[in-house]
Amino acid sequence: MTRLRVAFAGPHITFQDAGRMGHLRFGVPASGPMDRKAFAIAQSVFSNPPEAAAVEISLGGLALDCIEGSVTFAVVGGGFIVQIGARRLGAWQVHTLHQGERLVIRPGPWGCWTYLVFAGRLLAPHWLGSSATHGQSGLGGGTLVSGQEVIVQDARTLPAAEGAIPCPIWARPRPVIHAVLGPQDRFFSPESLDDLASQPFYLTNAYDRMGLRLRGPSLTPVGALSIPSEPIVRGSVQVAGDGLATVMLADHGTTGGYPKIATVVSDDLDGFVQLRPNDAVRFKLVSPAQAVAMARAADRALRAYVTRGR
Amino acid sequence: MALYRPIADHAVLVEFGTAITDDAHAQVLALDQALAANPCKGFREATPAFVNLLVDFDPVQTDHAEVEAHLRRLADHPLTPRTPATWDVPVCYENAPDLAEVARGTGLSPDAVIAAHLAGDYRVYLYGFAPGYAYMGGLPEPLKLDRKTTPVRGVPAGQIIIAGTMCLITTLVMPTGWWIIGRTPTRVLTGDAARPFLFDVGDHIRFHRVSEAAFEALP
Repeated sequence: MTRLRVAFAGPHITFQDAGRMGHLRFGVPASGPMDRKAFAIAQSVFSNPPEAAAVEISLGGLALDCIEGSVTFAVVGGGFIVQIGARRLGAWQVHTLHQGERLVIRPGPWGCWTYLVFAGRLLAPHWLGSSATHGQSGLGGGTLVSGQEVIVQDARTLPAAEGAIPCPIWARPRPVIHAVLGPQDRFFSPESLDDLASQPFYLTNAYDRMGLRLRGPSLTPVGALSIPSEPIVRGSVQVAGDGLATVMLADHGTTGGYPKIATVVSDDLDGFVQLRPNDAVRFKLVSPAQAVAMARAADRALRAYVTRGR
Repeated sequence: MALYRPIADHAVLVEFGTAITDDAHAQVLALDQALAANPCKGFREATPAFVNLLVDFDPVQTDHAEVEAHLRRLADHPLTPRTPATWDVPVCYENAPDLAEVARGTGLSPDAVIAAHLAGDYRVYLYGFAPGYAYMGGLPEPLKLDRKTTPVRGVPAGQIIIAGTMCLITTLVMPTGWWIIGRTPTRVLTGDAARPFLFDVGDHIRFHRVSEAAFEALP
């Protein structure tokens, strides 16, 4: 067993597993990692199963003191800075942390989210069979706070695994994201649909695990203020009465009555959340069939990467 | 006629109408049940709402066209609908924070508000907003009020809240702009792994009144 103590935790630092699927009908979104590709790569480093927990680290940063034992870990996702004591390392690397050492993970040149995984079993509370944290309720693994102890059971040290993990090009931020129009594009004027496909939008600071509000051309819906509440998915581009678009993310509300002009394809959501506030993003509209082809290509690329890594 | 709307790479939204009606919701539930009995290839989950059903699938295994064809076949051969369960939910109306305000807003006496609330025939149309928030339609017309202009923070679990034609039981400490007219010991988030959510969509709910003393004595 290895025991770590949280010396510092910024906001939005949570335990996450691959997600709590299958409860949308009861008002529960899947939650899970904001960047699912980085999470999957991270867990593959130690051949951890998808239900294994990781620590998702936001721009707020995290410092952990190792108070007992040793454990090999990986930090994957974004261009974060990783330090052990005075040694300055980076994300996309595997190292070993020993008793008495402090691990610091903080924002670097790019990205908003990174994943800390261990060679061992990271203990985290479960809800509905998953340690993914539902942000608004705190149910599941939960948010990390200063002073808290973090336990890794069956912790291993794997000197042979230490070193760099290549960051594939498809795990980088994506300033162009593909989306399928609808399901309520009929409530928008041809000008708004044109603006969506041709104008740049900018990420705002109204950004958390629930969603990300964009700044850009006003996409004012026409006559849609009373549509019956209907299911929302991760990637829904919801437009409120003020014409501002919000992209719904991991902890999204499961239903809502605002019209959704388009839906971002799942392959692009990981790269989208690694953009930062004030970055520009453009939408490229694709057909549902093209979106499916992208999902299959992304699945093949991830599988090939993970298999090669073993 | 149902409309099948593709969503991104992984879902189809089946729409049975644009206005909330019993008929549209019955069709949502019928397709939901047929799909549960006979899932399509790559099926991940279905989410019923007022007038539509979201069907989520794994795009590596199937696509929108295949899923839509499967759903159309199911719609052509409707099953006998499941008989919905009916749940009795005790409510204590004493010392409810907004009962007096609801009485003023509706022009009824507090006792008439309680009587009207108890007389409603409620049905779960959908879950939304937060885990376990079951939207129950069937609030009698005289109790129809707009939401408060400003939400109240920190409303605890087990409150009976109303707005528009809907009623629900809070499950978590959350903000709400709905009117709090009572409280119940019934927990929609049961904490029971075998049945974590008390109601299924489509279930009926009847409220019955308990005194504050009886409420305190309930387990």
